[in-house]
Amino acid sequence: MRYSGFKVIAEALTGHRGWKPVWREPQPKPSYDIVVIGGGGHGLATAYYLAKEFGEANVAVLEKGWIGGGNVGRNTTIIRSNYLLPGNEPFYEFSMKLWEGLEQDFNYNAMVSQRGVLNLCHTDAQRDAFTRRGNAMRLHGVDAVLLDRDGVRKIAPFLNFDNARFPIKGGLLQPRGGTVRHDAVAWGYARGADLHGVDIIQNCEVTGFRIENGKCLGVETTRGFIGAKKVGCAVAGASSQVMAKAGMRLPIESHVLQAFVSEGLKPLLPGVITYGAGHFYVSQSDKGGLVFGGDIDGYNSYAQRGNLPVIEDVCEGGMSLMPMIGRARLLRSWGGIMDMSMDGSPIIDRTDIQGLYFNGGWCYGGFKATPASGWCFAHLLATDMPHLHAAAYRLDRFRKGLMIDEKGMGAQPNLH
Amino acid sequence: MIINHPLLGPRDAQEFVYLGDAALIDRPDWQASGAVDRFYEYLYLRDNPAGMHRELWFHEQGDRSWLVVTRNTVTHEITSVELARDVARSRGRGK
Ligand SMILES: Cc1cc2nc3c(=O)[nH]c(=O)nc-3n(C[C@H](O)[C@H](O)[C@H](O)COP(=O)(O)OP(=O)(O)OC[C@H]3O[C@@H](n4cnc5c(N)ncnc54)[C@H](O)[C@@H]3O)c2cc1C
Repeated sequence: MRYSGFKVIAEALTGHRGWKPVWREPQPKPSYDIVVIGGGGHGLATAYYLAKEFGEANVAVLEKGWIGGGNVGRNTTIIRSNYLLPGNEPFYEFSMKLWEGLEQDFNYNAMVSQRGVLNLCHTDAQRDAFTRRGNAMRLHGVDAVLLDRDGVRKIAPFLNFDNARFPIKGGLLQPRGGTVRHDAVAWGYARGADLHGVDIIQNCEVTGFRIENGKCLGVETTRGFIGAKKVGCAVAGASSQVMAKAGMRLPIESHVLQAFVSEGLKPLLPGVITYGAGHFYVSQSDKGGLVFGGDIDGYNSYAQRGNLPVIEDVCEGGMSLMPMIGRARLLRSWGGIMDMSMDGSPIIDRTDIQGLYFNGGWCYGGFKATPASGWCFAHLLATDMPHLHAAAYRLDRFRKGLMIDEKGMGAQPNLH
Repeated sequence: MIINHPLLGPRDAQEFVYLGDAALIDRPDWQASGAVDRFYEYLYLRDNPAGMHRELWFHEQGDRSWLVVTRNTVTHEITSVELARDVARSRGRGK
């Protein structure tokens, strides 16, 4: 079934009786060419591109719960490619370009909305750092605009420009950044993969690997053994847990990140605004709710909820930047588990076990990476060669001293 | 979260700074054979369990002592709090 304006009108006139389930619910086959563990954004995108771009038809995605129940459905939906380092910038720009053509590509409305991402700066040193970042982006062919105080005021006159501690000195704007409807990303990729013959198997937890003579032969699951020539693991916050079943220790800690949404308000925010100095970032959803967040809670956690001190901290940051939001009521807060890597950058690589591949360490920034992560992981699984734009995301970079330390925090995942 | 400090009694976790896995106490000997590999593992690799986790907390806004806190990473329940100094000594370290 293809979606179109015509189809919507036809259904409206006939009582919406023609809509069909968007993907099948197949039983697992005894074996597949490629099994992808994790039905989040990255796993589903991987399967989609495996089938569509790399011609792999015999593929399954195994998800322990329901697809989209993990971080892909919990994040604050911001996409951008305003990175600094050479290992990162081309990858995130590749992702941005995929976002720009995504809806036409998979014929599904993901509400990709490029309304701009504005990072505020509050000191001369921060402005210098943003100038450098903007220049690095422009050198990579990415859009970046450095704004002075008046430039910021034109876009967002409601900000607190008289904050004594963190006066707004300007900002770095990426006009092509923005937000995407996160659930629709999971659903669109799931539907696209399904249409290309991928089996999406929900309620199927991977409980172990069958490894013989250093070769992975398949996975043990709550629905029995499933054989596979190749297994790709993309389980976000559960990375350490799942890979431990293959006997691996990872350069990863799991941490909780919270997000918040206010009651629906009239259109207020022009785009995404980030306030690094106060640990606060905010956008407005199409339903009108202010969607915002701050830092991770800061200690290892597998609880998919946060703790109160961070809620207080984030709301204080919000109040100091936009005092008027003190009048809005908070509707919900929730948390997701992220696999914080030791340098804050992701990993897309094969492992020492033949036939076992790993995708993870996305920290709190992996949503924007979903299309590129899926594409590059599919490339690796199909061809056994790293994709050009993900070539730096090696598992052994810590051993070799080739970290991609975008935030300059070193091996301190709780600071990234 | 409330951390029951062995010397000061129950304190709000907000007074503390978190470092990570308590295995960081066991810094490898830089002169031992295989030190490069052991430092790589020490610095970067983690067990990262879902469940009981022994971890280091620094009482920055208090007596500036280091504590080893045993906490469940799924429920946030804290079952024991020890002075990191005592833990290090019990493993034969001088300080
Ligand atoms: C509050 C919050 C805000 C965020 N904001 C942003 C943002 O604004 N922009 C941005 O770019 N990123 C953001 N992120 C990060 C981003 O959401 C994640 O990095 C990204 O979604 C992770 O990839 P995923 O979608 O594949 O993960 P998930 O959706 O978590 O997928 C992993 C899946 O694996 C499944 N799984 C786990 N174990 C097993 C098993 N044993 N067997 C089978 N399946 C298993 C899980 O059930 C899950 O569905 C945010 C994250 C959070 C929590």
